[in-house]
Amino acid sequence: MLTLTIDGRDVQAEEGKVILEVARDNGIYIPALCYHEEVAPYGACRLCMVEITRRGRRRLVASCLYPVEEGLVVETNTERVVNDRRTIMELLLARCPDLAAVQDLASKLGVDKTPFRLEDKKCILCGLCVRACEEVVGVSAISLVNRGTNRQVASPFYEAPDACIGCGSCAYICPVDAIGLEDIGDTRTITMPNPRMQKIEFKLKKCSKCGKYWAPEKQLDYIAKKAGLAPEEFDICPDCRD
Amino acid sequence: MQPEAKQLEKRVVSVLDNYQRDKGMLVSILQDIQAEYNYLPRETLEQVSQGLDVPLSRVYSAATFFKALSLTPRGRHLINVCLGTACHVRGAVRVLEAMERDLDIKAGETTKDLEFTLETVNCVGACALGPVVIVDGEYFGQMKTEKVKGVLENYT
Amino acid sequence: MKRLSSPIELEAIRETITSQRDPNKPCITICSGTGCHAYGCEKVASAFREEVKQRGLDSKVDVRTTGCHGFCERGPLVVIRPRNIFYQRVRVDDIPEIVSQTILKDNIIDRLLYTDPNTGEKIIYEPDVPFYKRQKRFVFGNNGYIDPTLIEDYLAVGGYSALSKALFEMSPEAVIDEVKKSGLRGRGGGGFPTGIKWESCRNAASSDGVRYVICNADEGDPGAYMDRSVVEGNPHSVMEGMIIGAYAIGGHEGYIYVRHEYPLAVKNVQLAIKQAEEYGLLGNNILGSGFDFSIKINRGGGAFVCGESSALMASLEGKPGEPRAKYIHTTERGLWDKPTALNNVETWANVPLIINQGADWFTQTGTENSKGTKIFSLVGKVNNTGLVEVPMGITLREIIYDIGGGILDGKKFKGVQTGGPSGGVIPESLLDLPVDFDELTEAGSMMGSGGMIVMDEGNCMVDIAKYFIGFLEGESCGKCVPCREGLKRMREILTDITEGRGKDGDIELLERLSTVLIDSSLCALGATAPNPVLTTIRYFRDEYEAHIKEKRCPAGICKELITYQIIEEKCPGCGLCVKACPSGAITARGKKEPVVLDQEKCIKCGACYDVCKLGAIKVE
Repeated sequence: MLTLTIDGRDVQAEEGKVILEVARDNGIYIPALCYHEEVAPYGACRLCMVEITRRGRRRLVASCLYPVEEGLVVETNTERVVNDRRTIMELLLARCPDLAAVQDLASKLGVDKTPFRLEDKKCILCGLCVRACEEVVGVSAISLVNRGTNRQVASPFYEAPDACIGCGSCAYICPVDAIGLEDIGDTRTITMPNPRMQKIEFKLKKCSKCGKYWAPEKQLDYIAKKAGLAPEEFDICPDCRD
Repeated sequence: MQPEAKQLEKRVVSVLDNYQRDKGMLVSILQDIQAEYNYLPRETLEQVSQGLDVPLSRVYSAATFFKALSLTPRGRHLINVCLGTACHVRGAVRVLEAMERDLDIKAGETTKDLEFTLETVNCVGACALGPVVIVDGEYFGQMKTEKVKGVLENYT
Repeated sequence: MKRLSSPIELEAIRETITSQRDPNKPCITICSGTGCHAYGCEKVASAFREEVKQRGLDSKVDVRTTGCHGFCERGPLVVIRPRNIFYQRVRVDDIPEIVSQTILKDNIIDRLLYTDPNTGEKIIYEPDVPFYKRQKRFVFGNNGYIDPTLIEDYLAVGGYSALSKALFEMSPEAVIDEVKKSGLRGRGGGGFPTGIKWESCRNAASSDGVRYVICNADEGDPGAYMDRSVVEGNPHSVMEGMIIGAYAIGGHEGYIYVRHEYPLAVKNVQLAIKQAEEYGLLGNNILGSGFDFSIKINRGGGAFVCGESSALMASLEGKPGEPRAKYIHTTERGLWDKPTALNNVETWANVPLIINQGADWFTQTGTENSKGTKIFSLVGKVNNTGLVEVPMGITLREIIYDIGGGILDGKKFKGVQTGGPSGGVIPESLLDLPVDFDELTEAGSMMGSGGMIVMDEGNCMVDIAKYFIGFLEGESCGKCVPCREGLKRMREILTDITEGRGKDGDIELLERLSTVLIDSSLCALGATAPNPVLTTIRYFRDEYEAHIKEKRCPAGICKELITYQIIEEKCPGCGLCVKACPSGAITARGKKEPVVLDQEKCIKCGACYDVCKLGAIKVE
């Protein structure tokens, strides 16, 4: 364990943790859109910038990436931090003016308008869906394609990806609810926030006991194969299993 | 012009083998394939993904990230107008605009007859000669708008 | 070729090579750098070979194609050694005369000599040409003497003796100490002390002992090409530096990451690797020392951001070139998470010099905190464009006026851009600034990799800022919000200003966005991106204000704010512009009558302005 100071408070932390984790463990709020404990930190949204003092030198670092150190002094709300955060929020608000989650966070940070031209993008490019698909699910059906201002989340050639198992992790992890997931009857529909991509449909498996459609067949095949189980193992839904 | 599928696969395999199927050589592998077909046919990306055991989405991500790689067929002659700083201060934009007018396409496009593809490049390292235009690897230095027609005539 | 297995064998082979060469035998060297290539040096070289052969002079004259000599403006360049007679703009037709007159009779051909534009004096010898006179060509000097495709040429000028010295007379720690003492700082932009970098790489823990050495030859800085010329013209010097560096840090695998736009560099390095391996200077058990090191080439895919070390390493791992945060340095966790020492071409090429001649020799050149020389690509609106290697501490004025021969077409100097897209524009008032890492940073610019683009009164500073921001927007990887979204907005604002839609508060908004980019971008591309904007605002604010408040572009560049006009008194109605105009906006009114320009039809392409030899077209 080591000790550092966040906003004037001494806090204990395990070595190897990053500032953001330690702050949250101690009930100190730092905004972030691209951070999620299930995937490796990425440092894309830059909302979690904090000011640190180290060997007498002050600078801004991304708290989701910066490992804690003994004696580190962290300030999460200096004027510089607050101003930069607001400008970043203005940039996000101009990119995605219609996303409720972006509007909410903006107003929480004291931003209610943006000086920039409005666009109507649906995705903030935090990359959480892509990282979850790769790191948690392990299929890498989608990726970040192109670069710079043309960057977008997409499947190869913008088509329904072979590799996708329809698990919906991307939709669950999206911090701004930009990925649509809907189960109607025997069909699951996933809608990516990319105008070039069509809706992706999956056939759902019916529970042989209760008759409920409970998971995409492709996902169950994937799990069966990965775990070395017989496909029949999934004939019954978890609710009917006990 | 669609390359035969079988032959295409053979070519890709031989490129992959040249690099001992080293994942780290992905960009070089894609460049070598592009050198054969002047773009990256879709099937080749799929074969590279299988051959290197890298998800297709990652190959696609790299193929769309790097400016030197193209997923669409390019013309018989590739024109690169250098827009490096040295060329810019000596009027490269006017040269580019003259090219666009003459070929009736915008930068990044290919003429309908598939003769020319017009691209811009950030610097070709021939700054002392700016503005520079490169056609199929041949350098034309100290370009001016009035020299554009003459340069293109060499290739038609 | 037998592999060399000891320093004695290396010296023996060097002896053999030099003994076969007569230092007094005339040698025609033809520069084969990219510039001279474009001017047709290949034809010149083969014409020389043909001529020499036809006259049966094979045994009396050597013909050698060499790397870039630097004075690209005057290519193709031919230097006749050992007398160093300097001929420029040499054409195939000149060759018989050069051989019959200069080689056989020692007569100088006047018309091929360089004329000093300031004094009108014809200059015979290469070292006397003002362009070369003020230079100190430590790194670049051998380029003009050796054929980069022949390792024997490199050996003949003492090549690989530094490697031999390091391996057999110095411990890795002693090598690091020497480099630290030399004060060598990274030539790629940041200026980080090389020796300290190596030391932390050597000391970093590596579970399996693997450490990597990388040469960054992804010279993405638009307007700079010195690394290209060094790798193309003297690849062994770079490799020798890398092998010494690998020995120092304890690494056995290296990569040279070369831009794909530099095919000749790729070719020459490939060849150099093969030759060095054959000689036992690369590979297993180098020179019998027991030290192993191999080098692979990886070609960049056209991404400026890959000049950033962590992005370059991502690319070497087969991923898109996205940087990552470097709170843990790449010297500790770099390529494949192993300790990695990455330096650029010019830095590596300095290493053999330091090992051979010592840190004390190296520190004699330069300023207190910037030692040695730096190669600049002196380009833009300057008379003598090309590559110049100068001692640190020389002033910008000396480079631009003494070496560069002043501004093109007698126009007025306006600014010089250094450091590429990460640097800034330095105004006339700072021309006496000594060139040094810290001085340039102080002025709001930076050393960068060595681009030096001279601008005159005809360049608009808002347009230049827009150019760099547009460049960076296209090169941003798009990962982090401030860089991706911030640059887009900066470009929008600058476009508005240059197209007459600028408004009060735009300058302040640009400054606010700049702060965010500097503070919170993920990598150096974003963090330094505002420099071109901030320096132009700092030094040329009135030009921004003229665009915003008066809707006027003082330099006459921004299309939406200018008109082309015919100066009737000067126009003889020759009709050249009528032919050149692509939109039919100019009509002739008959002989000796000035032409008429229809502003409605004019697309402001400038074609008329370019063709008019009489200055009868003005921009307002």
